[in-house]
Amino acid sequence: MNGHSFTNHKAGSVVIALVAAVTVLVPLCNAVFPDGSALHFSAYTVSLLGKYMTFALLGLTLDLVWGYCGILALGHGAFFALGGYAIGMYLMRQIGNRGVYGDPVLPDFMVFLNWKELPWYWLGFDQFWFASLMVLIVPGSLAFVFGWLAFRSRVTGVYLSIITQALTYALMLAFFRNEMGFGGNNGLTDFKSILGFTIQSEAVRLALLMISGLSLIGAFLLSRWIIKTKLGRVVTAVRDQESRVRFLGYRVEMFKLWLFVFAAMLAGLAGALYVPQVGIINPSEFSPLNSLEIVVWVALGGRGTLYGAIVGAVLVNYGKTVLTGLLPEIWLFTLGAAFVLVTMFLPRGLVGLLVRDGKES
Amino acid sequence: MKANSMVCSYLWLSVLLLVLSVPCMAQGNAVEAAVSELASERTESRVDPLPASFAEALTRLLRGNIKEREQIVEHLSTTGHPRAQVVLEALLNGELFELKADGRPVIGAENQGGYAISDALTGDALGYVGRGDIAKINLTNSLRVTLRKAIGRLQLRSGDAASRLAAVNAMITSADDKTLELLRTFEATERDERVLAAMRLIFALHDLRSDHKSVRLNALDTLKEYNSLEVYNRLSVLVDRDDDGHFVEPDADVRKKAKSVLVKIDARRQFYSAVETVFFGLSLGAVLVLAAIGLAITFGVMGVINMAHGELMMLGAYTTYVMQQIMPEYLGLSVLLAIPAAFVISAAVGIAIERGIICFLYGRPLETLLATFGVSLFLQQTVRSIFSPLNRSVTTPEWMSGSWQINDFLSLTWNRFYILLFCLLVFTVLLQILKRTRLGLEVRAVAQNRNMAKAMGIPTARVDALTFGLGSGIAGVAGVALSQITNVGPNLGQSYIVDSFMVVVFGGVGNLWGTLVAGFSLGIVNKMLEPHAGAVLAKILVLVFIILFIQKRPRGLFPQKGRATEA
Amino acid sequence: MKQLSHLQAFRTIAAAALLSLAAVGAKAEDTIKVGILHSLSGTMAISETTLKDTMLMLIDAQNNKGGLLGKKLEAVVVDPASNWPLFAEKARQLLTKDKVAAIFGCWTSVSRKSVLPVVEELNGLLFYPVQYEGEESSKNVFYTGAAPNQQAIPAVDYLMNDFGAERWVLAGTDYVYPRTTNKILEAYLKSKGVAEKDILINYTPFGHSDWQSIVAEIKKFGSAGKKTAVVSTVNGDANIPFYKELGNQGISAEAIPVVAFSVGEEELSGIDTKPLVGHLAAWNYFMSIDTTKNAEFIKQWHTFIKDTKRVTNDPMEAHYIGFNMWVKAVEKAGTTEPDAVQRAIIGVEYPNLTGGVAKMLPNHHITKPVFIGEIQDDGQFLTVWQTDKLIEGDAWSDYLPESKPIIADWTPPILCGNFNTKTKKCSGQNY
Repeated sequence: MNGHSFTNHKAGSVVIALVAAVTVLVPLCNAVFPDGSALHFSAYTVSLLGKYMTFALLGLTLDLVWGYCGILALGHGAFFALGGYAIGMYLMRQIGNRGVYGDPVLPDFMVFLNWKELPWYWLGFDQFWFASLMVLIVPGSLAFVFGWLAFRSRVTGVYLSIITQALTYALMLAFFRNEMGFGGNNGLTDFKSILGFTIQSEAVRLALLMISGLSLIGAFLLSRWIIKTKLGRVVTAVRDQESRVRFLGYRVEMFKLWLFVFAAMLAGLAGALYVPQVGIINPSEFSPLNSLEIVVWVALGGRGTLYGAIVGAVLVNYGKTVLTGLLPEIWLFTLGAAFVLVTMFLPRGLVGLLVRDGKES
Repeated sequence: MKANSMVCSYLWLSVLLLVLSVPCMAQGNAVEAAVSELASERTESRVDPLPASFAEALTRLLRGNIKEREQIVEHLSTTGHPRAQVVLEALLNGELFELKADGRPVIGAENQGGYAISDALTGDALGYVGRGDIAKINLTNSLRVTLRKAIGRLQLRSGDAASRLAAVNAMITSADDKTLELLRTFEATERDERVLAAMRLIFALHDLRSDHKSVRLNALDTLKEYNSLEVYNRLSVLVDRDDDGHFVEPDADVRKKAKSVLVKIDARRQFYSAVETVFFGLSLGAVLVLAAIGLAITFGVMGVINMAHGELMMLGAYTTYVMQQIMPEYLGLSVLLAIPAAFVISAAVGIAIERGIICFLYGRPLETLLATFGVSLFLQQTVRSIFSPLNRSVTTPEWMSGSWQINDFLSLTWNRFYILLFCLLVFTVLLQILKRTRLGLEVRAVAQNRNMAKAMGIPTARVDALTFGLGSGIAGVAGVALSQITNVGPNLGQSYIVDSFMVVVFGGVGNLWGTLVAGFSLGIVNKMLEPHAGAVLAKILVLVFIILFIQKRPRGLFPQKGRATEA
Repeated sequence: MKQLSHLQAFRTIAAAALLSLAAVGAKAEDTIKVGILHSLSGTMAISETTLKDTMLMLIDAQNNKGGLLGKKLEAVVVDPASNWPLFAEKARQLLTKDKVAAIFGCWTSVSRKSVLPVVEELNGLLFYPVQYEGEESSKNVFYTGAAPNQQAIPAVDYLMNDFGAERWVLAGTDYVYPRTTNKILEAYLKSKGVAEKDILINYTPFGHSDWQSIVAEIKKFGSAGKKTAVVSTVNGDANIPFYKELGNQGISAEAIPVVAFSVGEEELSGIDTKPLVGHLAAWNYFMSIDTTKNAEFIKQWHTFIKDTKRVTNDPMEAHYIGFNMWVKAVEKAGTTEPDAVQRAIIGVEYPNLTGGVAKMLPNHHITKPVFIGEIQDDGQFLTVWQTDKLIEGDAWSDYLPESKPIIADWTPPILCGNFNTKTKKCSGQNY
């Protein structure tokens, strides 16, 4: 178990300190300096930073299952999207009679599809506590059922990767269906308020950024602690030599399962924080390509380090923001090339360049 | 080229006819003829002075608006002028032009970017003109309907039994008393059995309206043998009540008989519908197998997860496009030539990927996934930069379009049929390569035990490169097939990659037969579910089924035996 | 030591990244910026890239005419990469960072829905050039494409009256535009006495490529002795395999015509048109329509794009009208300030390329002619029918019970995009 070696540990702390700085400084600056001042962050920057935070959190959870558990999940985006849908359902219910057709209960798309009453699975989502709980429970239970089936029958490696991809693909197709009751291709959008506050107000934006930052820090510290516990050690051992661990008498599948479920729940949280900040959740979040992109962040940043995933997620998305504005044609070339080069020459990712640790792989 | 494929089609036709050995007699496109009926009613209701001569009629055909043209077409079909049919057929095929120089009607055949023209009135060749020298006579649907009907009447006089049959079939739904009279006169001289059968169908359908019960019963006797949608529809109406609640057919005996005939026809219809579903499933399966089989080699035999597999197919599809651009006159040939070309190009790219990237990553299967994903993004954007993000147009050659109409209830589309054959051919060739060639032997040896193979003196690096090239080349060939049924654009690969992985995993990695069985069974299951569950739900169900199946049998339908699988 | 310097470098990079992110380009310039928000990569690039080029051409032409209000126009192009949340992000960037005077963009409904809250919050202007499902009218959005009553209903009328269709297949891709259009059409057909059993509705996923079963079903449905027509709201990529399958299964345009709302010249230019010949499309513009203005526009386009094979299409004309209406409104208002432009633009008229004059209505939709064309083998349309006068875009369909009482009117005293004429209440507004 090398994930918490001194150097990585320290680099991780630095990254987290940076995250904490952004989390604290941005709202502080906006409180102190008036709108229009050079040090006042615009709503655009704030929501962009908030989005990066949620992506970093998502990357972190994938690193847990991939970097520490050896499960290359190609369907991790599914948990993110499910968390997003859970909070999106709450936000839809919050619209109340402010919708296009003014129905106090039914979201617009249901009125439109001539639905007379709310389907049972939408009940309870008008309560914030219930929705928040579902943000964790829905992705968690999907991960539990899926992981329980897969790990018990010892589906591993490539097979596992591919059926996780099938999972998110199936979910995408399902959520595209209007009959599912999740708004079809348009998904859930046109949110008005959260907990009674206008969702587009600066205060809510800053609060969401802070919560995203704090969640990221919390998740990072929690994950770092977990991988130091027995669970983490066994899981890492499984990554390196699964059969040997099994022969030692450990119930390998249980260890994997718990870590998988934990990661899925955190991914759900990331999705729940993402949706109010971008204002829309739709089935394309389930697309296999999105899940592959998460893998890109982690691989680029450096897996098995936790903080590498954060660095990777922020760098790739920052690159995307800049390049899709300046040179749209170049973006895929850059991403593709970065991918090939990192896999071939930097198996430990970009942070591998910065942190001296020969034993990590 | 074209002649060859025609022979081939007829060969297949006769084989299948023997196999099915079912009565397949009268056919005809009911709706089409119904349309023509309406059109003719409309045209007949106008009273314009008719042209005095054939030449004047032609001129008015060129200059007039659509309505006038319809009228002239009707007129031309009754003149009996020897050139009438030729001119009308040229108009229908979009080969009738106005020569801009002197306003003369000409018939033009496209030839190397220009047209070889002949005078429409006399048939004399007028030489060769450029595209800009002639103006095409525009057609609308209603004019096409009128034309077909007019040509049909002329074709009854044709010496060719097939065109007489087509003409009679086109009249099934629209037969009025005048048509019947016309048909009765031709029946006396008709010698071809199939044409006679089609005529008898029309007479029997007409007899259903007779006032005499015995005539109606006799008609039913005749009709029960026909696999005709028109018969089915007419009988369905006959046994039903009309809007006032009265039976359409007043006599109970006739109704009873009609019902029993209907049951018989319906049973045949259901049978053909089942055959059709299986064919749809097989053809969908063929596409899946084609897309997956290259992957089965790179993934199964070498353990490399090639995410750029879809993009290699895309390259194959673009190769087809480029080949058609190079030789626009020989569309059919260009598609055939595209097969080896696509194989070579995709294989070359594949070998480059293997030598440049993958050979550094052996033993790390998950990393090959990442690197090849990078490659796939790169290839996509390259194609987008070279060919633009727009879809490219790949023309389907004549012999691949249309369908093989077995009877009214069953027709199989040619392109799907050829793709099915092509899929089996590719599979067989691949199997033979692996089984009988030295390369195949080496590939199998390396797949089973890399180190041992190396120890036996097999150049594993070269074998890896060639295997990857082979798998990639097959992907390119699959791309040629896909270019015939779907869009050729930068996103082509993406839409197939998830499906192909499913097929390989379901079939069992490293087993070509597994891939074949998996592809066909998934295709058939999908198509059987589709009418009940809808296209999306069917696909979701299949995916869920695969996910669950893998839990039960983690190594797929046909698990590979050997040491490599344990690693 | 070495590690420390690495870390320092890392910190510097991170700090620089943050700073550059925060930097707001607030340079005072003598240009008016126009935002272009069309996907240049991803699945929608196929359709949207052309519209970006159209906008660049229009802005270029306006600058050659001397610009606007004495200033040059400057295009700001961003790429939302067919990613819906990214559309909102880029719209926000255009409005807050680049401070554009107006945005021309979006194609899919979901991208518009994603951008909508942003333009409303920041009080921007969005010109949306694509035919859409209606049921919307925002203070900040101008809909220069067709509403359902400007495309779908005339097409059905044509098939019913001229072709004599009695049975209807409504086939569409499963998303909001086809769903709404089909719902409106179903209600409309029933109001015309078409029975429930004579309407077949079918939805397929995006990019559906295996049409065998569905086309076979259409064929069976259409062989019941009544004239059948297909109204297709099948979107984008799925169209080619659909038409190929129709052709191959022997369904000719004469027997069962398909009228499409998403197949235009641009889509036809990428495919083998043989199986499509004779099928129909309903649009508000065809490249083949012979007017001087249209010929000039086509020439201008060919010169600009340096390719005489490129086609023009309906959404391009919508941008042409929308852009010129915006220019006229800015000139009328004397400023690019959104509120002033919103007031000024209502009632502004600009000639269509195909004849007639388009007018911006109080509901932010425009008047349009409707053309039905048959597809020819050169990928162009032969107009077989056209409305004798311009049709006013209706934001809220009269054929849907829930939207029947609703109207949109952005002039005083109503000033509302969602005004219920029964309850006299304005609802669903964000500002």
